[in-house]
Amino acid sequence: MRQINKAARHTTGRLLSIRKVGTYFHLVLQAEGIAEGAKPGNFIALSVGGDQSSMLLHRVFAIYRSRQDPSHGAVIELIVARSGKGSDWLVAQSEGTLLKITGPLGTSFPLPADPVNVAIVGGGYGAAPLFDLADHLKARGCRVDAIIGAATSSKVFAPLEGKRTVNSVTVTTDDGSAGIQGRVTDVLPEIITRQRIDLIYSCGPMAMLRAVDDIARSLSIPHQVSVEEAMACGVGICMTCVLPMMRGDKVKMVRTCIEGPVIDGEEIAWDEVAR
Amino acid sequence: MTLDFSTTIAGVRFKNPIFTASGCAASGKELSQFFPLKELGAVVTKSIMLKARSGRPTPRMAETPSGMLNSIGLQGPGIDAFIEEDLAWLQTQSCDVIVSIAGETVDEYGALARRLRGQRGIKAIEVNISCPNVANRGQVFSCDPVTARAAIEAVRINLGGEFPIIAKLSPDVTDIVAIAREVIEAGADGLALINTLLGMVINPKTLRPHLAGKTGGLSGPAIRPVAVRAIFQVRERFPSVAIVGMGGVVHGEDALELVAAGADAVSIGTASFGNPMSVIEIRDRLSTLIQDHGFTRFSDAVGVAHER
Repeated sequence: MRQINKAARHTTGRLLSIRKVGTYFHLVLQAEGIAEGAKPGNFIALSVGGDQSSMLLHRVFAIYRSRQDPSHGAVIELIVARSGKGSDWLVAQSEGTLLKITGPLGTSFPLPADPVNVAIVGGGYGAAPLFDLADHLKARGCRVDAIIGAATSSKVFAPLEGKRTVNSVTVTTDDGSAGIQGRVTDVLPEIITRQRIDLIYSCGPMAMLRAVDDIARSLSIPHQVSVEEAMACGVGICMTCVLPMMRGDKVKMVRTCIEGPVIDGEEIAWDEVAR
Repeated sequence: MTLDFSTTIAGVRFKNPIFTASGCAASGKELSQFFPLKELGAVVTKSIMLKARSGRPTPRMAETPSGMLNSIGLQGPGIDAFIEEDLAWLQTQSCDVIVSIAGETVDEYGALARRLRGQRGIKAIEVNISCPNVANRGQVFSCDPVTARAAIEAVRINLGGEFPIIAKLSPDVTDIVAIAREVIEAGADGLALINTLLGMVINPKTLRPHLAGKTGGLSGPAIRPVAVRAIFQVRERFPSVAIVGMGGVVHGEDALELVAAGADAVSIGTASFGNPMSVIEIRDRLSTLIQDHGFTRFSDAVGVAHER
């Protein structure tokens, strides 16, 4: 059992760029001392609203990519959806704004030792961290098939370079405005069979994760999920982001900022998850 | 000119007056990756109960203007696992520790105190008789003078004078001075003022309470004026009792407000959630501000707002 985020640092970083991608925003942050240690699946926490902010709590974001930039050093990229006052403030900031950053936080996607066949299943902006994961999987010789779902076309996150990394991309939308009309789980079983999928990674809304896990369990395919729970701190002290998880034969409320966000689907006590 | 930044709570000296607030720093390990815990005046642990507890269902949190509601429900490992693991680890950190305890019954408070006797590395016991996140609001011991007194007496008798007792009170009472009097008479050496205020948020989409537990404890700068008022009133009536102040301190200026009202030490809670370095930033700023006001000893600034 993990107890703390050992690699976490707290620093001030500069917002290097911000641009709109569909209904989302793509942010690039200078994050010296944080980006270097980040692994696919990790997240960061940002303070919002400036020094006299009435918004006291951390806003947490999955890392889309972390890399060394030739002119700016260690940078972290985020895909941010507007979901309230905090993210509204964040996406209204201009390049050069200084932000307080804490990270990297949480667990990362465990990578298979062998070159296996992998499906990545992303819902909405939850697809973002999966493309970075796909890079790492491809480097290990894995085949990667992506299934990207959203309510509507403007909420599909499937960047061009990400699409080039993976072997195939299947898009689904609830309203049929892009790709196949329906849910990711409508197309997943067929892809599992056709590509002989050995392993599934998913990130997106809780209902989608659960539906994917139902399929993974029924076919006995290992499934790593990245959950998104409401967090106040992201560093393990507020106890708000807990998820009911199996620990031995007991269900325990476990902090998803420390023992998640990436969790083995089998460990989640789905029936006890609040809806 | 150097500042004597130390403070004394019920006869125990602490190197500086900035503490963590119970329930906002777990048992210290999570913050220790950002700074050494010995930089703090004291680590106040989350409130430990007799048995392990899984707490309330989610959602447990709602951000509110300049604050937040929480309904964690005292999730924790229970006293035995706490002593074996958390306290043992804290003893290796060369930091001063105040252990916070919470019972469901008067007997449980006594049992918790008995269990802590003889434990090394504890400077004081905070008796949390004011957690609002219990199923029965009638169980908030500090809302009733009789139960407030009974809980503190149980701790005093079972602790055998080994550690000073700090009683943590709720501001959700008509007269906090009256409750303070009861617990002082029952043997409390100091007071922790204030715990969260009971609040509720209704989700505008579902038109139902946002928290699964319906009500939660309100913390953050939204409650700071309530904390300042409570500290001021209690200090006015009890000039010599030790007071650990808390309630929405985010900046050094806020900490100084509580000190001027009468706090001998200041605990930082919600601010740590949005910035894990808050405690250190507040400590350093408070030290500067106190010197700017011309004080050479921190203790001279305590309660200065009461002077004419």
